[in-house]
Amino acid sequence: MSQYLLRRLLIVVPSLLGISVVLFTVLALAPGDPFEELAANPSVPPEVAAALRAKFGLDDPIPVRYARWLLAMLQGNWGFSFVSRVDVDVLVLQRVWTTLFVIGSSQILALMIALPVGVYAATRPYSIFDQISSTLAFIGFSLPTFFTGLLLILLFSITLDWLPFVYRADIAATGWRWYWEHVRQSLMPVAVLGLAQGASWTRYVRSAVLDVIRLDYVTTARSKGLAERVVVVKHVVRNALIPVVTLVALQMPAIFGGAIVTEQIFRIPGIGSLLISSILANDTPVIMAVTFVFACLVITFNLIADILYGWLDPRIAYR
Amino acid sequence: MAGSTLASPTASAPRAAPDRARHVSPGLEAWRRFRRHRLAVASVVVIGLMIFAVLFGPILWPVAINEIDFTARLQGPSWSHPLGTDDLGQDILARMLYGGRISLAVGLAAMVVAVVVGTIIGAIAGISRGSVDAALMWLTDLFLALPQLPLLLVIIYLFRDALKELAGPEVGVFVLIVAVIGGFRWMPVARLVRAQFFSLREKEFVEAARALGASTSRQVVRHILPNSLGPVIVAGTIDVAAAIIAESTLSFLGLGFPPDIPTWGRVLYDAKDYLDFAPHWALFPGGAIFLAVLTINFIGDGLRDALDPRKVM
Repeated sequence: MSQYLLRRLLIVVPSLLGISVVLFTVLALAPGDPFEELAANPSVPPEVAAALRAKFGLDDPIPVRYARWLLAMLQGNWGFSFVSRVDVDVLVLQRVWTTLFVIGSSQILALMIALPVGVYAATRPYSIFDQISSTLAFIGFSLPTFFTGLLLILLFSITLDWLPFVYRADIAATGWRWYWEHVRQSLMPVAVLGLAQGASWTRYVRSAVLDVIRLDYVTTARSKGLAERVVVVKHVVRNALIPVVTLVALQMPAIFGGAIVTEQIFRIPGIGSLLISSILANDTPVIMAVTFVFACLVITFNLIADILYGWLDPRIAYR
Repeated sequence: MAGSTLASPTASAPRAAPDRARHVSPGLEAWRRFRRHRLAVASVVVIGLMIFAVLFGPILWPVAINEIDFTARLQGPSWSHPLGTDDLGQDILARMLYGGRISLAVGLAAMVVAVVVGTIIGAIAGISRGSVDAALMWLTDLFLALPQLPLLLVIIYLFRDALKELAGPEVGVFVLIVAVIGGFRWMPVARLVRAQFFSLREKEFVEAARALGASTSRQVVRHILPNSLGPVIVAGTIDVAAAIIAESTLSFLGLGFPPDIPTWGRVLYDAKDYLDFAPHWALFPGGAIFLAVLTINFIGDGLRDALDPRKVM
């Protein structure tokens, strides 16, 4: 198992390097640079602009700049936001926890929907329950997150006036009240993300369970006299989860994409909305850092999926 | 997979022995299976109506999309404005009919890009074993691990102005969005095609072609590729829906088409600050996106039953 883990960890390094190369190339090939406004500003003498460019090394060849950027990133020096005048790592660290909290709770919600519904539907294929849940799952995964978000705001914030539609990091309350307000404001974003994920996972779980439920070893387990619950939970679900974990890992980038949209709709102060605002403000260091953090998060979750995979399917670990 | 339950009621189990002597062409057979998926057939009708509406609607409903009328701001649906008006008094039906063309065209064009790139890369990887295959699959896995939406946003933001100067605001942004969305969606197709190539390459009919002296390119183009297209068509259909969602997401975040090109996502973006006074403004474009995506997904589901009857996911 530890050897498997080590090998997975070693694969992470080239992927991260590859992603950073892609990212850096995109930014380096892009027309215009952060000093364009400076150069266009008539009150800044051209010598000053040229000196600044030389100081920040903007005229060096791209590979040199990439190596320098990578070294700085590794040393934890992520640069300085042009707009908010704060170190980028401080800015990102402030906000990344909100994003992780919203994504994490929505994934738990998605699992809590997808596992029971998918398994129950697959144990009774083509029953009324299966047909209804399949149709709902189909509708759910065809609904774009931005539209569900607006629908929920329209229903719960505007028509019924139950929930706030702006997420606030600075709630002026203490104790239980603080927690209550937090739960109230994260209810809608978590529901939007969780329902979308839950819908597509339900389909995966259902078809994965259908694949194994008629296999001979399940019949054997039943004929041994095991309770149906034990058969399903211990024999069927564990094997059915193996392909599901792979599919979920493949969907990780989409989950983070959905998180960006949700953060934008509900104005959650996470790194997704930070990305959008820094793109609109041309704040290159923040754009670089946030995109890279997203890449790291995707790879981390892929790694977790790989580890889960090794745990679910021990044959892989010793191969 | 002995005795496994098919995941879809309309997917027919493989026949044990052909019981008919009459020849049925593969296209007819696929259509027969597709017809059994009632929702997919209904979806073809609905999406056909939507395409008809966006193609010919502007002729039947000749209202200018940018006709500003401040006396009719934020009005709900009425006879003169069937879908209401926006904050400048512009007719939402006219804007949606015009923008729908672009939303649907982006979906189709991005799908074509994704399928072409994916098929080429998958075919090259599938036919050439060894290091080429390994390198291409590493590239595919790398693209699968990229955070797509952040990169899409960054690329569109960075290159938008340059392309606008090069090809004009409409064409420039269209080409950029199609290229970028397609460029991030080819990976599943490449994997599918590669897997198909791996199994088809060893089949007897390819071996026969090889024995007859067919060159590698002829084997690929005439024998392997046509037989691997079924799953690709299914993936391509679902890609159209995903591309429509991607374009709407970009426009919704304010980084897609400019405001004078009212794609459905863009109309939704403009409408989201007026949800409390004019919910109809957001509901109609959002509903249109949802309906288009839902029907295309249903068609993909039906096509999967028709063309790819092995196993349904």
